[in-house]
Amino acid sequence: MSLLSNLVNGISLGSVYAIIALGYTMVYGIAKMLNFAHGDVIMVGAYICFFATQNFGLHPILGALLAMVVCTVLGITIERLAYKPLRQAPSLAVLITAIGMSYFLQNSALLLWKSDPKVFPTFFAFQDKATGEMKTGITLFDGGLTITYVAMFTVLMCVVIMVGLTLFTGKTKMGKAMRACSEDKAAAQLMGIDVNFTISMTFAIGSALAAIAGVLLCSSYQTLMPTTGSLPGIKAFTAAVFGGIGSIPGAFLGGILLGVIEIFAKAFNTQISDAVVFAVLIVVLLVKPTGLLGKTVREKV
Amino acid sequence: MSTVLKVEDINVYYGAIHAIKNVSFEVNQGEVVTLIGANGAGKSTILKTVSGLLSSRTGSIEFMGEKLGSIPAHKIVTKGLALVPEGRQVFLQMTVEENLEMGAFTRPKAEIAASIADVYERFPRLKERRRQIAGTLSGGEQQMLAMGRALMSKPNLLMLDEPSMGLAPILVEQIFDIVQELNRHGTTILLVEQNAQMALSVAHRGYVLETGKIVTTGSGEELLEDEAVKKAYLGG
Repeated sequence: MSLLSNLVNGISLGSVYAIIALGYTMVYGIAKMLNFAHGDVIMVGAYICFFATQNFGLHPILGALLAMVVCTVLGITIERLAYKPLRQAPSLAVLITAIGMSYFLQNSALLLWKSDPKVFPTFFAFQDKATGEMKTGITLFDGGLTITYVAMFTVLMCVVIMVGLTLFTGKTKMGKAMRACSEDKAAAQLMGIDVNFTISMTFAIGSALAAIAGVLLCSSYQTLMPTTGSLPGIKAFTAAVFGGIGSIPGAFLGGILLGVIEIFAKAFNTQISDAVVFAVLIVVLLVKPTGLLGKTVREKV
Repeated sequence: MSTVLKVEDINVYYGAIHAIKNVSFEVNQGEVVTLIGANGAGKSTILKTVSGLLSSRTGSIEFMGEKLGSIPAHKIVTKGLALVPEGRQVFLQMTVEENLEMGAFTRPKAEIAASIADVYERFPRLKERRRQIAGTLSGGEQQMLAMGRALMSKPNLLMLDEPSMGLAPILVEQIFDIVQELNRHGTTILLVEQNAQMALSVAHRGYVLETGKIVTTGSGEELLEDEAVKKAYLGG
């Protein structure tokens, strides 16, 4: 039974990674940059939701929506101020700026919200009508397997987001414009597509997803501090590369697999779980450098 | 004859490199005008500057009587000026039809279906391959797609950058036939070519470009007969 419960936990954690990885992969696909500050936007989203619900008594759904709005604005602002001036700069300069932005966000959070961990509330608890106690999940097999509501909701959200993004990029005018920009910015401009606006939109979507991921992550693990987004951010980046960076189904698959591998490795030995995760990444990249679902682009001249 | 495009005294730089030096030329309504010159003479740079992808330090570019100045590339398209870029630059991972939709990005949704039908009528091959990813098309088909995509914006002036590049002679002729046919139907054309023979034979007028400067101009026939042009560009 522990096999099954590890699998459930893995898929749930993997879903959070997948949501973060989708943001990474969208921004990479269109702006061709690795936004290392993405993980820290998660942390900001979680803090916004925390304060909105704990200090201002907002309903958790409103708190999450507020976090999405704040992160969207934050993401667009970061892109405008830090990355846009570097559009023509070498990619190394952009990479260093993104790492700098990541530390800037962490330290600002430290200054504003202090280093002591906050205990994130349990949003996903419902009263059992029969017994009157608060339940956080359903129990199967006579207590052999517990699936928390937050885990169920996380997986559901992840699937909804993945399907939503696939439809958005495949069917809508804006989504197609994003794909056009991702392939060839000059040609996209010649079509009349405003590339700067399209990149802003990509950051907006990625950051809103980061806010959702932040709320879901903290609802599962319940500790929130300024470095909360850092490691999940890096792991989600790993997941995006694992699945094939730039690919939406790739980010989804990479995220889920990474979560499952991590939880199983943890069950085996807590200390080396992260080492196992990254070892798997290295092996995958050695065998298939473009990632599991990565596309090799053949160009005709 | 009214002037569609009037380029006056432009100077374009790539960093410290002075790529275009005091270039002036014009294109009139209904004409096919060609810019010919060797590789690196600055032909593509001029088209990129007119379409707004690059900017000129001096001078002016006037399209249909309006100064383009610092209008960004994505707004210039809406004024009726389209560029078929060098190397086609179709969106390889999008389908043929999606490429055409992108060409009509600035136009109202209701008009797009009719324009796509027009393009399919002109290029039946594209219709056969409408659901295929553009990356699977042959070079000639990609050139047709790039032209079709540019036509989707209903341009007054169609600029073509080396449409013959990398194509077999029979396809080159086909492409030039299409260019002439488009012109007969009222589209003004500015054509950049290394294949000077072909370009001059379809053009009303031509300009010869050498290291960023215009050195000769004349009608298509005149330039075909010009000794210096013959020697440098026509292999005789």
